[in-house]
Amino acid sequence: MITIALYITLAMVMIAALLNVYRLIRGPDSPDRVLALDTLYINAIALIILLGITLGTRLYLESALLIAVMGFVGTVAMAKYLKRGSVIE
Amino acid sequence: MNEIAEYIIAALLLVGGFFTLVGAIGLARLPDFFTRLHGPTKATTVGVGAIMLASVLYFSVSHDGIGISEILITVFLFMTAPVSANILAKAAMHIGVKSMDDTRGKPWEQ
Amino acid sequence: MLDRLNFPQPWLSLLLFAIWQFLSDGISGASVVLGLFLAWLIPQITQGFWPERPGFIHPWRMPVYLARVLMDIIVASVSVARLILSPRAPSPMFVCYPLELEHPLAISILASTISLTPGTVSADVSDDNKTLLIHALDAQSEQEVIDAIKTRYEKPLLEMFK
Repeated sequence: MITIALYITLAMVMIAALLNVYRLIRGPDSPDRVLALDTLYINAIALIILLGITLGTRLYLESALLIAVMGFVGTVAMAKYLKRGSVIE
Repeated sequence: MNEIAEYIIAALLLVGGFFTLVGAIGLARLPDFFTRLHGPTKATTVGVGAIMLASVLYFSVSHDGIGISEILITVFLFMTAPVSANILAKAAMHIGVKSMDDTRGKPWEQ
Repeated sequence: MLDRLNFPQPWLSLLLFAIWQFLSDGISGASVVLGLFLAWLIPQITQGFWPERPGFIHPWRMPVYLARVLMDIIVASVSVARLILSPRAPSPMFVCYPLELEHPLAISILASTISLTPGTVSADVSDDNKTLLIHALDAQSEQEVIDAIKTRYEKPLLEMFK
């Protein structure tokens, strides 16, 4: 029961990641690309959590936490770069 | 593991996957940057939140001892999603990204 | 040394302690000791960097507000999902929202709430903290968006902050 749901969810999240990559490549403006990267890291967190459930281990949670923190900082830094032309003024 | 918990976990997983997918479809399909902003900030955040909740339930039911650090990640995502949406919208307005033709109202200049 | 054994910001210390318990997956002897130490150390180090305290007058209304926002987030996701999956094009709109709140923390809470709830993303705050620029995904009229936000979210926040 859970196994089937797990595989369906994995497929859905992977399709979502592919759609993000499509927007990342296509995206007419640079904010679109940053937004696609932002969504992509959130999907990566979901994939890591799903991997953890599949393998029955909680070891990967720390990496999910790290990706959450670093992804947010990265998004803010890139948006700031787009706005001002430099990250640290 | 009992039956009811299994159903709840499976349902949460599917709901989470569905919302994540919808957020990505919105990102790929909607016509301009400002409308695309809506999909990831709401749908994707809720989707990942549901998957985290499923993980919390799964490990609490199947292993001994509860694991709660997923909740920390979820709270963090819910706090950061509006902030990154806001700062990206600011950057887009500064660059002068075009919005859809039938958008009413105008972004201001600063 | 002994006069330093206090907690200058009790709420921050409590929050740090709770986060440490979450991070170490439940309460154990080691996590309580280390959590207490961190809850003491971090406010001591960062004391100089904190801006003025927000003027909370009814902090106990926060849980009610958070519960309402959580409900609205779920409703918001469903409505956004329906809009994304339906074939018709959305009719987006920029709305200038006149703010009544004054404290920066209150404004940022309101802006975050707006971003997470149905059909709206807050895009910018004007330099004088008086107006909020909101992008609505699918709105009929400007007045409707403003009224919905005013009654649902700004009123409770106004009651919470001075």
